[in-house]
Amino acid sequence: MGLFACATAGFGLRVKVELQHIHKRFGPVHANDDVSLTVEAGTIHGLLGENGAGKSTLVKILSGFITRDSGVILLDGRPAHIRSPADALRYGIGMLHQDPLDFPPLTVVENFMAGSPSTPPILNPRAAEREFRRWCARFNFDIDPHAQVGDLTVGERQQLEIVRLLANGVGTLILDEPTTGISASQKTLLFQTLRRLADEGKSIIFVSHKLEDVEALCDRVTVMRRGQVAGELDLRPLHAGAQQASSHHPEIAARIVELMFGRALAMPTKPPTRRDEVVLSIEGLVLRSDRLEIRVDQLSLHRGEVVGIAGLEGSGQQLFLTACAGLEPPAAGSIHIAGHNLTHRPYADFLRAGVCYVPADRLREGLIAGLTIQEHVALRASGRHFFIDRAEVRAEAERAIAAFNIRGRPDTYVERLSGGNQQRTQLALLPAPLSVLVMEHPTRGLDIESTLWVWQQLIARCQQGTAILFASSDLDEIVQYSDRVIVFSGGRVSPAIPVAELDVELLGQMIGGRF
Amino acid sequence: MDSAQLLIILATAITTATPLVFACLGETLTERAGVINLSAEGTVMLGAMVGFVVAKTTESVWLGFLGAAAVGMLVALIVAYGAITLRQSQIAIGFVLALLCSDLSSYLGNPYVRIPGPTVPPAFPIPILEAIPVLGPLFFRQGDVLVYASYVLIIGMWFYFYRTRAGLTLRAIGEQPAAAFVRGHNVVALRYLYTLIGGAMIGIAGAAFSLDFKAGWSHRHTAGYGWIALAIVIFGGWNPLRVALGAYLFGILQSLASVAQSSIQDVPTQVFTVAPFILMILVLVLTSAGWLDRLLGYLPVTPRRALMRALRTAPPAALGRPFEQD
Ligand SMILES: Nc1ncnc2c1ncn2[C@@H]1O[C@H](COP(=O)(O)OP(=O)(O)OP(=O)(O)O)[C@@H](O)[C@H]1O
Ligand SMILES: [Mg+2]
Repeated sequence: MGLFACATAGFGLRVKVELQHIHKRFGPVHANDDVSLTVEAGTIHGLLGENGAGKSTLVKILSGFITRDSGVILLDGRPAHIRSPADALRYGIGMLHQDPLDFPPLTVVENFMAGSPSTPPILNPRAAEREFRRWCARFNFDIDPHAQVGDLTVGERQQLEIVRLLANGVGTLILDEPTTGISASQKTLLFQTLRRLADEGKSIIFVSHKLEDVEALCDRVTVMRRGQVAGELDLRPLHAGAQQASSHHPEIAARIVELMFGRALAMPTKPPTRRDEVVLSIEGLVLRSDRLEIRVDQLSLHRGEVVGIAGLEGSGQQLFLTACAGLEPPAAGSIHIAGHNLTHRPYADFLRAGVCYVPADRLREGLIAGLTIQEHVALRASGRHFFIDRAEVRAEAERAIAAFNIRGRPDTYVERLSGGNQQRTQLALLPAPLSVLVMEHPTRGLDIESTLWVWQQLIARCQQGTAILFASSDLDEIVQYSDRVIVFSGGRVSPAIPVAELDVELLGQMIGGRF
Repeated sequence: MDSAQLLIILATAITTATPLVFACLGETLTERAGVINLSAEGTVMLGAMVGFVVAKTTESVWLGFLGAAAVGMLVALIVAYGAITLRQSQIAIGFVLALLCSDLSSYLGNPYVRIPGPTVPPAFPIPILEAIPVLGPLFFRQGDVLVYASYVLIIGMWFYFYRTRAGLTLRAIGEQPAAAFVRGHNVVALRYLYTLIGGAMIGIAGAAFSLDFKAGWSHRHTAGYGWIALAIVIFGGWNPLRVALGAYLFGILQSLASVAQSSIQDVPTQVFTVAPFILMILVLVLTSAGWLDRLLGYLPVTPRRALMRALRTAPPAALGRPFEQD
């Protein structure tokens, strides 16, 4: 312990982190293949790459969550022996995981105490609360210490984790896709905080899929591809030159995309819709859950139309989407699909009418963890025959894998697929003629290529006449692909606004409640 | 029934429920760490048998308790190894052990059936506290050291869970082991530790029957108590105070049944032995049904939050699931 105490003291503030020749295999998958990376003290280092490139694996190795097969980790030139998160914490390395790793049923203060080394053997919640409030005040975080963690937004849980890690005295902070699911203002606050921490001398590793985030924040960026380092770029010149907000550099973006995927990518474009035939119509809908009540007076969805739903997470979007899909009975109002009144009818009737719901939580609601891709295919076909025709199911699964470019085999368990490939599998399983497709965060956590690919598929569906209703926290995505947009804000719902009258800025204001 | 009679019934209920309190708290500790020790029924019975046999041969009740604790730990070790290290189904392992240990107790304990053996010596009322009106005669004139020990255990465990750092860690590993792991805790070691301690307590519960509250040994001496302990832990929402309350409620049902048995002659006695079990399950169903939540939904936010937390019956989120590091 004495040795480690010195180690922590020695790695006081400015730590240069070097990873050298890291290898990690998961069975046949070579997730990290001779990866080397250097993060200078006081800088923010971006880590980009396609889904399954091995980014999470690399940072989990640095934070001790998984053990490497071989390779060396150097901190300020001295080898560090990191075999567990406890080791990493002693070296001052802390990580914010891709999925929040905290304790939802406990309160905020309890969460803080559970991870803080200064917690005494007999708990002192008052002192912990004071300390917690001090940290929050330092970074302008506003979290109720007595709230239950499960009730917080993703952004607040992230802030709680950052506070916990800083209270632990970390000098190296790793963030794995921290900007998915948080609001625009939370993102601004996060970026300010990270900048400030870097200026204090901490080394920060920022894993992301969003080019614009990396461009706005990072000093350097490393691109990974299929387990290897594809290249590294210095982004500092770009911050030094233009100091204006939202400095977008198409040439740099193009180079990064080239490094990530080995080729340039084309944006799919959404042709305008004719708006003739109404497929989904809603009148005076009132929906209630134990937390909120929302009213949607009138909404008609036309054949081939895309309507995007913007708003802070948890403003009732999910309630609304599930109601449209027939999974949640409305308290009042009516839902018509293709002219038939389906209000309060069973879900099976909605399915028969060609309505399909794709939830955000792929592994909890969309796919069944523990089953393989071909078993999912068999499940979709069930009801027709008692016995499963194995050969046919396998052939069908192989067709789906080829058509949707899924990186997996028919007998791969879905939970072993990367996020992008899970989403591809979900899309592959959708029935063919559909009148309404209801989606929640269709591209959350997907890399740029998969995102574009998913939208290509969706637009193709639209051209066959499917109407799409989707919720997303990515405003660019909403503006890019929607015909009309609805905004949910604090229990209120805006009418559908044609996208031509909107831009990201205006949308941000409306989410803040101005409409 | 006058108040003096009522007081006697309640005091008896506390006495009868004491072994159950030990078993329930042991199971609570284990389950809070995320492991289900479904073998409780067998462990209690084996603990009763081993406790009696050891006490009889060594002429020391305390060594009997030690033996029962050791055997409880041994069974828990099998559960822990299968559940934590081999990552097999905790339900299957526990269930098989429950059956196996019950039968083993009958087989090994056969020579000791219905013979006299040592019992825990009586204790004195606790001075000062016994003078408190109502509570004094109810809790502190019990005349049994194990009853007093159970009070210490209940309060101590509650304090440990909610007021100490180690208790917070315990709750954490049962809720979200991966999150506890990234905070630097050794989830596997802690789960082993709490499963073993919990197992020892369940074993002690058995010895509490055979050496004190239901002194002696016979075939299936403690039948049903292990299962009811598992149910009471759920009823108690994994909170030591409420779990103890559940055990006492069962004790009350039992003493009411024995009162009824002596006053109503023409009903078979088996009805009164079985009735508390059935009533307890009924209570369990009523309290865990969703109507409580719905009722609370009408309250304003602040009292609702507090009440929800007090009445929360959600199990530890990772209960029964193995922890995979990679
Ligand atoms: N526990 C595991 N068992 C087996 N394979 C795994 C495991 N974790 C990751 N992999 C595989 O290792 C590869 C790299 O995964 P990793 O999670 O590091 O990718 P990533 O770059 O973080 O992707 P994403 O952007 O989707 O988060 C993938 O092919 C993945 O399927
Ligand atoms: Mg990842």
